[in-house]
Amino acid sequence: MSLIAITEVKKRFGDNEVLKGINIDVDPGEVIAIIGKSGSGKSTLLRCINGLESIDDGSILVAGAQLLPDELHLKALRLKVGMIFQQFNLFPHLSAGRNVMLSQMVVKKTPKAEAEVMARKMLDRVGLLHKFDAYPDQLSGGQQQRVAIARALAMQPIALLCDEITSALDPELVNEVLAVVKELAAEGMTLMMVTHEMRFARDVCSRVVFMHQGRVHEIGPPGEVFGNPKTPELKQFLGVH
Amino acid sequence: MTYVFDFSWLGEYMPVLLKGIGITLQLIAVGAVLGISLGIACAWARALGPKWLGGIVAVYVELIRNTPFLIQLFFIFFGLPSLGLQLGELTAANIAMVVNLGAYSCEIVRAGIQATPRGQFEAGASLAMSPFETFWHVVLVPALQRIWPALSSQVVIVMLGSAVVSQIAAEDLTFAANFIQSRNFRAFETYIVSTLIYLALAILLRQLLRGVGWTLFPKRATR
Repeated sequence: MSLIAITEVKKRFGDNEVLKGINIDVDPGEVIAIIGKSGSGKSTLLRCINGLESIDDGSILVAGAQLLPDELHLKALRLKVGMIFQQFNLFPHLSAGRNVMLSQMVVKKTPKAEAEVMARKMLDRVGLLHKFDAYPDQLSGGQQQRVAIARALAMQPIALLCDEITSALDPELVNEVLAVVKELAAEGMTLMMVTHEMRFARDVCSRVVFMHQGRVHEIGPPGEVFGNPKTPELKQFLGVH
Repeated sequence: MTYVFDFSWLGEYMPVLLKGIGITLQLIAVGAVLGISLGIACAWARALGPKWLGGIVAVYVELIRNTPFLIQLFFIFFGLPSLGLQLGELTAANIAMVVNLGAYSCEIVRAGIQATPRGQFEAGASLAMSPFETFWHVVLVPALQRIWPALSSQVVIVMLGSAVVSQIAAEDLTFAANFIQSRNFRAFETYIVSTLIYLALAILLRQLLRGVGWTLFPKRATR
Protein backbone atom coordinates (compact mmCIF):
# COMPACT_ATOMS: atom_id res chain seq x y z
CA MET A 1 0.00 0.00 0.00
CA SER A 2 1.29 3.44 -0.83
CA LEU A 3 2.45 5.68 1.97
CA ILE A 4 1.37 8.94 0.38
CA ALA A 5 -1.71 8.82 -1.83
CA ILE A 6 -2.48 11.96 -3.81
CA THR A 7 -5.72 11.59 -5.73
CA GLU A 8 -7.25 14.08 -8.19
CA VAL A 9 -5.97 17.04 -6.20
CA LYS A 10 -7.10 20.42 -7.44
CA LYS A 11 -6.10 23.79 -6.08
CA ARG A 12 -7.17 27.25 -7.13
CA PHE A 13 -5.90 30.67 -6.13
CA GLY A 14 -8.86 32.81 -7.14
CA ASP A 15 -9.42 32.20 -10.84
CA ASN A 16 -6.02 30.67 -11.29
CA GLU A 17 -6.13 26.89 -11.15
CA VAL A 18 -2.64 25.91 -9.99
CA LEU A 19 -3.18 22.17 -9.61
CA LYS A 20 -5.50 20.59 -12.17
CA GLY A 21 -6.01 17.08 -10.86
CA ILE A 22 -2.81 15.56 -9.53
CA ASN A 23 -2.43 11.81 -8.97
CA ILE A 24 0.73 10.44 -7.38
CA ASP A 25 1.22 7.42 -5.15
CA VAL A 26 4.41 7.20 -3.15
CA ASP A 27 5.60 3.91 -1.67
CA PRO A 28 7.47 3.70 1.63
CA GLY A 29 11.16 4.43 1.15
CA GLU A 30 10.72 6.07 -2.21
CA VAL A 31 12.59 9.26 -3.04
CA ILE A 32 10.58 11.42 -5.40
CA ALA A 33 11.99 14.44 -7.18
CA ILE A 34 9.51 16.98 -8.47
CA ILE A 35 10.86 19.10 -11.28
CA GLY A 36 9.37 21.68 -13.56
CA LYS A 37 9.33 25.37 -14.45
CA SER A 38 8.41 27.94 -11.84
CA GLY A 39 4.67 28.34 -11.77
CA SER A 40 4.08 24.72 -12.68
CA GLY A 41 2.62 24.03 -9.23
CA LYS A 42 5.37 21.91 -7.68
CA SER A 43 5.79 23.93 -4.49
CA THR A 44 2.04 24.27 -4.11
CA LEU A 45 1.64 20.51 -4.36
CA LEU A 46 4.24 19.97 -1.65
CA ARG A 47 2.63 22.58 0.58
CA CYS A 48 -0.75 20.88 0.15
CA ILE A 49 0.64 17.56 1.37
CA ASN A 50 1.62 19.26 4.62
CA GLY A 51 -1.63 21.16 4.92
CA LEU A 52 0.01 24.58 4.51
CA GLU A 53 -2.40 25.07 1.63
CA SER A 54 -5.94 23.77 1.58
CA ILE A 55 -7.11 21.81 -1.43
CA ASP A 56 -10.27 22.49 -3.38
CA ASP A 57 -10.86 18.98 -4.64
CA GLY A 58 -9.46 15.47 -4.41
CA SER A 59 -7.79 13.84 -1.42
CA ILE A 60 -4.40 13.46 0.18
CA LEU A 61 -3.69 10.55 2.51
CA VAL A 62 -0.45 10.02 4.39
CA ALA A 63 -0.27 6.66 6.16
CA GLY A 64 -3.96 6.80 6.88
CA ALA A 65 -4.00 10.44 7.98
CA GLN A 66 -6.24 12.45 5.72
CA LEU A 67 -5.79 16.11 4.85
CA LEU A 68 -8.80 17.86 6.31
CA PRO A 69 -8.95 21.52 7.25
CA ASP A 70 -9.58 21.12 10.99
CA GLU A 71 -6.80 21.43 13.53
CA LEU A 72 -6.95 17.84 14.79
CA HIS A 73 -6.57 16.29 11.35
CA LEU A 74 -3.87 18.76 10.38
CA LYS A 75 -1.90 17.89 13.51
CA ALA A 76 -2.19 14.14 12.85
CA LEU A 77 -1.01 14.68 9.27
CA ARG A 78 1.86 16.94 10.21
CA LEU A 79 3.09 14.49 12.82
CA LYS A 80 3.62 12.06 9.93
CA VAL A 81 5.20 14.39 7.38
CA GLY A 82 7.92 16.87 8.18
CA MET A 83 8.74 19.79 5.94
CA ILE A 84 11.95 21.64 5.13
CA PHE A 85 11.84 25.06 3.53
CA GLN A 86 13.90 27.03 1.07
CA GLN A 87 14.49 29.78 3.64
CA PHE A 88 15.29 27.36 6.53
CA ASN A 89 12.84 29.17 8.85
CA LEU A 90 14.78 28.46 12.02
CA PHE A 91 13.46 30.22 15.11
CA PRO A 92 15.88 33.14 15.54
CA HIS A 93 15.46 33.50 19.31
CA LEU A 94 16.37 29.88 20.06
CA SER A 95 19.70 28.10 19.89
CA ALA A 96 20.11 25.27 17.39
CA GLY A 97 19.50 22.74 20.16
CA ARG A 98 16.41 24.59 21.36
CA ASN A 99 15.09 24.77 17.82
CA VAL A 100 15.19 20.99 17.67
CA MET A 101 13.76 20.55 21.17
CA LEU A 102 10.83 22.97 20.96
CA SER A 103 8.19 21.08 19.02
CA GLN A 104 8.95 17.82 20.82
CA MET A 105 8.21 19.52 24.14
CA VAL A 106 5.24 21.57 22.93
CA VAL A 107 3.49 19.07 20.69
CA LYS A 108 4.51 15.68 22.06
CA LYS A 109 4.94 16.87 25.66
CA THR A 110 8.33 15.13 25.73
CA PRO A 111 10.18 15.91 29.00
CA LYS A 112 12.99 18.42 28.53
CA ALA A 113 15.83 15.99 29.28
CA GLU A 114 14.48 13.47 26.79
CA ALA A 115 13.96 16.14 24.14
CA GLU A 116 17.54 17.27 24.63
CA VAL A 117 18.87 13.74 24.15
CA MET A 118 16.89 13.50 20.92
CA ALA A 119 18.08 16.95 19.81
CA ARG A 120 21.73 16.00 20.36
CA LYS A 121 21.19 12.76 18.46
CA MET A 122 19.59 14.52 15.50
CA LEU A 123 22.16 17.34 15.41
CA ASP A 124 24.86 14.67 15.48
CA ARG A 125 23.15 12.98 12.56
CA VAL A 126 23.50 16.12 10.45
CA GLY A 127 27.04 16.69 11.71
CA LEU A 128 26.27 19.71 13.90
CA LEU A 129 26.38 18.44 17.46
CA HIS A 130 29.07 21.02 18.24
CA LYS A 131 26.64 23.80 17.28
CA PHE A 132 24.04 22.85 19.89
CA ASP A 133 24.28 26.22 21.66
CA ALA A 134 24.79 28.39 18.57
CA TYR A 135 22.04 30.75 17.47
CA PRO A 136 20.81 30.63 13.86
CA ASP A 137 22.51 33.87 12.86
CA GLN A 138 25.85 32.39 13.95
CA LEU A 139 25.44 29.58 11.43
CA SER A 140 26.07 29.46 7.69
CA GLY A 141 23.13 28.84 5.38
CA GLY A 142 24.12 25.22 4.92
CA GLN A 143 24.37 24.72 8.66
CA GLN A 144 21.01 26.39 9.21
CA GLN A 145 19.41 24.09 6.68
CA ARG A 146 20.95 21.05 8.36
CA VAL A 147 19.57 22.22 11.72
CA ALA A 148 16.18 22.56 10.02
CA ILE A 149 16.48 18.96 8.83
CA ALA A 150 17.42 17.83 12.36
CA ARG A 151 14.43 19.76 13.70
CA ALA A 152 12.06 17.99 11.32
CA LEU A 153 13.64 14.60 12.02
CA ALA A 154 13.27 15.02 15.78
CA MET A 155 9.51 14.71 15.35
CA GLN A 156 10.15 11.24 13.86
CA PRO A 157 8.12 11.75 10.70
CA ILE A 158 7.62 8.88 8.27
CA ALA A 159 8.12 11.16 5.29
CA LEU A 160 9.89 14.43 4.60
CA LEU A 161 8.92 17.14 2.15
CA CYS A 162 11.78 19.27 0.87
CA ASP A 163 10.81 22.51 -0.86
CA GLU A 164 13.83 23.68 -2.89
CA ILE A 165 16.00 23.27 0.16
CA THR A 166 19.25 24.18 -1.57
CA SER A 167 17.99 27.08 -3.69
CA ALA A 168 18.89 29.76 -1.14
CA LEU A 169 22.39 28.41 -0.55
CA ASP A 170 25.71 29.50 -1.93
CA PRO A 171 26.95 26.89 -4.42
CA GLU A 172 29.70 25.62 -2.14
CA LEU A 173 27.17 24.92 0.62
CA VAL A 174 24.75 22.92 -1.49
CA ASN A 175 26.63 19.65 -1.22
CA GLU A 176 26.74 19.49 2.58
CA VAL A 177 22.93 19.65 2.62
CA LEU A 178 22.48 17.19 -0.25
CA ALA A 179 24.85 14.78 1.49
CA VAL A 180 22.55 14.74 4.50
CA VAL A 181 19.52 14.15 2.29
CA LYS A 182 21.34 11.37 0.47
CA GLU A 183 22.09 9.69 3.78
CA LEU A 184 18.43 9.91 4.80
CA ALA A 185 17.42 8.35 1.50
CA ALA A 186 19.90 5.53 2.03
CA GLU A 187 18.42 4.91 5.48
CA GLY A 188 15.02 4.40 3.89
CA MET A 189 13.31 7.72 4.65
CA THR A 190 10.48 8.53 2.28
CA LEU A 191 11.25 11.83 0.59
CA MET A 192 9.43 14.14 -1.77
CA MET A 193 11.56 16.99 -2.95
CA VAL A 194 11.07 19.90 -5.26
CA THR A 195 14.52 20.48 -6.64
CA HIS A 196 16.57 22.07 -9.35
CA GLU A 197 19.52 19.78 -8.67
CA MET A 198 19.10 17.53 -11.70
CA ARG A 199 22.23 15.51 -11.06
CA PHE A 200 21.08 14.81 -7.52
CA ALA A 201 17.64 13.81 -8.78
CA ARG A 202 19.21 11.45 -11.26
CA ASP A 203 21.59 9.86 -8.73
CA VAL A 204 19.41 9.54 -5.66
CA CYS A 205 15.74 9.50 -6.62
CA SER A 206 13.67 6.46 -7.35
CA ARG A 207 11.19 8.40 -9.46
CA VAL A 208 11.03 11.82 -11.05
CA VAL A 209 7.84 13.80 -11.51
CA PHE A 210 7.84 16.48 -14.21
CA MET A 211 5.09 19.02 -13.63
CA HIS A 212 3.80 21.32 -16.30
CA GLN A 213 0.90 23.78 -16.07
CA GLY A 214 -0.59 22.20 -12.96
CA ARG A 215 -0.45 18.61 -14.18
CA VAL A 216 1.90 15.67 -13.85
CA HIS A 217 3.27 15.76 -17.35
CA GLU A 218 5.69 12.85 -17.09
CA ILE A 219 6.58 10.48 -14.31
CA GLY A 220 9.05 7.63 -14.16
CA PRO A 221 12.45 6.42 -12.99
CA PRO A 222 15.20 9.02 -13.47
CA GLY A 223 16.88 7.01 -16.22
CA GLU A 224 13.71 7.17 -18.25
CA VAL A 225 12.71 10.76 -17.53
CA PHE A 226 16.17 12.21 -18.05
CA GLY A 227 17.42 9.69 -20.61
CA ASN A 228 14.38 9.41 -22.78
CA PRO A 229 11.97 12.34 -22.32
CA LYS A 230 8.79 11.72 -24.28
CA THR A 231 7.07 15.09 -24.40
CA PRO A 232 8.38 18.22 -26.09
CA GLU A 233 7.82 20.22 -22.86
CA LEU A 234 10.14 17.98 -20.86
CA LYS A 235 12.69 17.95 -23.66
CA GLN A 236 12.63 21.74 -23.68
CA PHE A 237 12.87 21.90 -19.88
CA LEU A 238 15.87 19.59 -19.86
CA GLY A 239 17.42 21.34 -22.82
CA VAL A 240 17.70 18.20 -24.99
CA HIS A 241 16.67 18.12 -28.61
CA MET B 1 14.76 90.09 41.89
CA THR B 2 15.94 88.65 45.12
CA TYR B 3 14.29 85.30 45.62
CA VAL B 4 15.81 83.32 48.44
CA PHE B 5 15.70 79.60 47.83
CA ASP B 6 14.56 77.59 50.78
CA PHE B 7 14.72 73.80 50.87
CA SER B 8 14.50 73.52 54.65
CA TRP B 9 11.01 71.99 54.32
CA LEU B 10 12.47 68.89 52.68
CA GLY B 11 13.20 67.12 55.96
CA GLU B 12 9.77 67.70 57.38
CA TYR B 13 7.92 66.58 54.26
CA MET B 14 10.23 63.74 53.28
CA PRO B 15 7.75 61.06 54.46
CA VAL B 16 5.03 62.62 52.29
CA LEU B 17 7.34 62.64 49.27
CA LEU B 18 8.48 59.08 49.88
CA LYS B 19 4.91 57.89 50.16
CA GLY B 20 4.12 59.67 46.88
CA ILE B 21 7.11 58.04 45.18
CA GLY B 22 6.00 54.66 46.52
CA ILE B 23 2.51 55.08 45.10
CA THR B 24 3.80 56.25 41.73
CA LEU B 25 6.12 53.23 41.61
CA GLN B 26 3.30 50.91 42.56
CA LEU B 27 1.06 52.43 39.88
CA ILE B 28 3.66 51.98 37.15
CA ALA B 29 4.63 48.48 38.29
CA VAL B 30 1.04 47.24 38.18
CA GLY B 31 0.30 49.31 35.09
CA ALA B 32 3.30 48.04 33.15
CA VAL B 33 2.97 44.35 34.01
CA LEU B 34 -0.80 44.07 33.58
CA GLY B 35 -0.96 46.67 30.80
CA ILE B 36 1.64 44.92 28.65
CA SER B 37 0.02 41.55 29.35
CA LEU B 38 -3.33 42.96 28.28
CA GLY B 39 -1.65 44.51 25.25
CA ILE B 40 -0.14 41.17 24.21
CA ALA B 41 -3.49 39.41 24.57
CA CYS B 42 -5.22 42.15 22.56
CA ALA B 43 -2.48 42.12 19.92
CA TRP B 44 -2.94 38.38 19.50
CA ALA B 45 -6.69 38.86 19.15
CA ARG B 46 -6.33 41.61 16.56
CA ALA B 47 -3.55 40.02 14.52
CA LEU B 48 -4.30 36.30 14.77
CA GLY B 49 -7.48 35.74 16.79
CA PRO B 50 -11.05 35.14 15.66
CA LYS B 51 -12.61 38.01 13.70
CA TRP B 52 -15.37 38.81 16.20
CA LEU B 53 -12.85 39.11 19.04
CA GLY B 54 -10.54 41.24 16.92
CA GLY B 55 -13.48 43.55 16.25
CA ILE B 56 -14.27 43.98 19.92
CA VAL B 57 -10.62 44.68 20.70
CA ALA B 58 -10.44 47.21 17.86
CA VAL B 59 -13.32 49.17 19.40
CA TYR B 60 -11.61 49.16 22.80
CA VAL B 61 -8.26 50.24 21.35
CA GLU B 62 -9.70 53.09 19.30
CA LEU B 63 -11.88 54.27 22.17
CA ILE B 64 -8.88 54.55 24.49
CA ARG B 65 -6.43 55.95 21.98
CA ASN B 66 -8.78 58.71 20.90
CA THR B 67 -9.87 60.04 24.29
CA PRO B 68 -7.92 61.88 27.01
CA PHE B 69 -6.44 59.82 29.82
CA LEU B 70 -7.87 62.25 32.37
CA ILE B 71 -11.40 61.66 31.07
CA GLN B 72 -10.87 57.89 31.18
CA LEU B 73 -9.76 58.24 34.77
CA PHE B 74 -12.74 60.45 35.70
CA PHE B 75 -15.11 58.06 33.99
CA ILE B 76 -13.80 55.12 35.98
CA PHE B 77 -13.67 56.98 39.31
CA PHE B 78 -16.67 59.30 39.09
CA GLY B 79 -18.74 57.69 36.35
CA LEU B 80 -18.83 54.03 37.24
CA PRO B 81 -20.25 54.54 40.77
CA SER B 82 -23.47 55.62 39.06
CA LEU B 83 -23.70 52.04 37.83
CA GLY B 84 -23.04 50.83 41.36
CA LEU B 85 -19.33 50.16 40.87
CA GLN B 86 -17.62 52.09 43.65
CA LEU B 87 -13.82 52.05 43.41
CA GLY B 88 -11.14 53.40 45.72
CA GLU B 89 -8.94 56.10 44.17
CA LEU B 90 -5.90 53.81 43.97
CA THR B 91 -7.85 50.98 42.40
CA ALA B 92 -9.41 53.37 39.92
CA ALA B 93 -5.97 54.79 39.07
CA ASN B 94 -4.52 51.30 38.60
CA ILE B 95 -7.37 50.24 36.34
CA ALA B 96 -7.14 53.42 34.28
CA MET B 97 -3.43 52.90 33.70
CA VAL B 98 -3.77 49.23 32.80
CA VAL B 99 -6.62 49.98 30.40
CA ASN B 100 -4.70 52.87 28.84
CA LEU B 101 -1.36 51.10 28.42
CA GLY B 102 -3.18 47.96 27.28
CA ALA B 103 -4.62 49.81 24.29
CA TYR B 104 -1.39 51.51 23.26
CA SER B 105 0.80 48.44 23.75
CA CYS B 106 -1.75 46.38 21.78
CA GLU B 107 -0.96 48.40 18.68
CA ILE B 108 2.79 48.35 19.31
CA VAL B 109 2.91 44.58 19.87
CA ARG B 110 0.63 44.00 16.89
CA ALA B 111 3.14 45.78 14.68
CA GLY B 112 5.80 43.38 15.96
CA ILE B 113 3.62 40.35 15.27
CA GLN B 114 2.71 41.50 11.79
CA ALA B 115 6.37 42.00 10.89
CA THR B 116 6.96 38.28 11.50
CA PRO B 117 8.08 36.47 8.32
CA ARG B 118 5.40 34.05 7.09
CA GLY B 119 7.95 31.26 7.17
CA GLN B 120 7.98 31.35 10.97
CA PHE B 121 4.26 30.53 11.11
CA GLU B 122 4.72 27.84 8.47
CA ALA B 123 7.68 26.29 10.27
CA GLY B 124 5.63 26.11 13.46
CA ALA B 125 2.67 24.59 11.62
CA SER B 126 4.84 22.06 9.79
CA LEU B 127 6.11 20.86 13.19
CA ALA B 128 2.50 20.15 14.16
CA MET B 129 2.20 23.11 16.51
CA SER B 130 -1.23 24.70 16.72
CA PRO B 131 -1.59 28.33 15.64
CA PHE B 132 -1.64 29.44 19.26
CA GLU B 133 1.38 27.31 20.20
CA THR B 134 3.24 28.81 17.26
CA PHE B 135 2.29 32.31 18.41
CA TRP B 136 3.32 31.66 22.00
CA HIS B 137 6.58 29.77 21.45
CA VAL B 138 7.77 31.02 18.07
CA VAL B 139 6.32 34.39 17.18
CA LEU B 140 5.94 36.29 20.44
CA VAL B 141 9.51 36.70 21.68
CA PRO B 142 11.01 37.93 18.38
CA ALA B 143 7.97 40.18 17.95
CA LEU B 144 8.51 41.73 21.40
CA GLN B 145 12.20 42.09 20.66
CA ARG B 146 11.40 44.02 17.50
CA ILE B 147 9.20 46.56 19.26
CA TRP B 148 10.80 46.63 22.73
CA PRO B 149 12.26 50.16 22.37
CA ALA B 150 8.87 51.54 21.32
CA LEU B 151 7.10 49.64 24.09
CA SER B 152 9.62 50.89 26.66
CA SER B 153 8.95 54.48 25.60
CA GLN B 154 5.23 53.95 25.96
CA VAL B 155 5.67 52.60 29.49
CA VAL B 156 7.66 55.71 30.42
CA ILE B 157 4.99 57.94 28.86
CA VAL B 158 2.33 56.22 30.93
CA MET B 159 4.47 56.53 34.07
CA LEU B 160 4.77 60.29 33.53
CA GLY B 161 1.11 60.47 32.62
CA SER B 162 0.26 58.90 35.96
CA ALA B 163 0.68 62.40 37.44
CA VAL B 164 -2.97 63.08 36.59
CA VAL B 165 -4.21 60.48 39.08
CA SER B 166 -3.62 63.17 41.72
CA GLN B 167 -6.84 64.68 40.32
CA ILE B 168 -8.88 61.90 41.93
CA ALA B 169 -6.86 62.21 45.14
CA ALA B 170 -4.72 59.16 44.59
CA GLU B 171 -1.73 60.07 46.70
CA ASP B 172 1.04 59.76 44.13
CA LEU B 173 4.13 61.93 43.74
CA THR B 174 2.23 64.78 42.11
CA PHE B 175 -0.38 64.69 44.83
CA ALA B 176 2.41 64.88 47.40
CA ALA B 177 3.99 67.84 45.58
CA ASN B 178 0.67 69.70 45.45
CA PHE B 179 0.06 68.95 49.09
CA ILE B 180 3.50 70.17 50.18
CA GLN B 181 3.28 73.29 48.04
CA SER B 182 -0.04 74.19 49.62
CA ARG B 183 1.61 74.03 53.04
CA ASN B 184 5.01 75.65 52.49
CA PHE B 185 4.04 78.02 49.65
CA ARG B 186 7.39 77.23 48.07
CA ALA B 187 6.11 76.39 44.59
CA PHE B 188 9.45 76.69 42.78
CA GLU B 189 11.38 74.49 45.18
CA THR B 190 8.61 71.94 45.56
CA TYR B 191 8.04 71.47 41.86
CA ILE B 192 11.73 71.46 40.98
CA VAL B 193 12.22 68.67 43.51
CA SER B 194 9.30 66.67 42.14
CA THR B 195 10.48 67.32 38.59
CA LEU B 196 13.90 65.93 39.41
CA ILE B 197 12.35 62.90 41.08
CA TYR B 198 10.21 62.20 37.99
CA LEU B 199 13.30 62.63 35.84
CA ALA B 200 15.25 60.15 37.96
CA LEU B 201 12.36 57.69 37.97
CA ALA B 202 11.99 57.89 34.19
CA ILE B 203 15.70 57.29 33.62
CA LEU B 204 15.69 54.39 36.07
CA LEU B 205 12.62 52.91 34.44
CA ARG B 206 14.22 53.10 31.00
CA GLN B 207 17.33 51.35 32.29
CA LEU B 208 15.21 48.72 34.01
CA LEU B 209 13.27 48.05 30.81
CA ARG B 210 16.51 47.83 28.86
CA GLY B 211 17.73 45.27 31.41
CA VAL B 212 14.52 43.29 31.03
CA GLY B 213 15.12 43.33 27.29
CA TRP B 214 18.64 42.00 27.74
CA THR B 215 17.47 39.06 29.81
CA LEU B 216 14.34 38.35 27.77
CA PHE B 217 15.99 38.36 24.35
CA PRO B 218 19.21 36.55 23.54
CA LYS B 219 21.90 38.93 22.31
CA ARG B 220 22.51 37.03 19.11
CA ALA B 221 18.96 36.72 17.91
CA THR B 222 18.14 39.55 15.58
CA ARG B 223 15.17 39.10 13.31
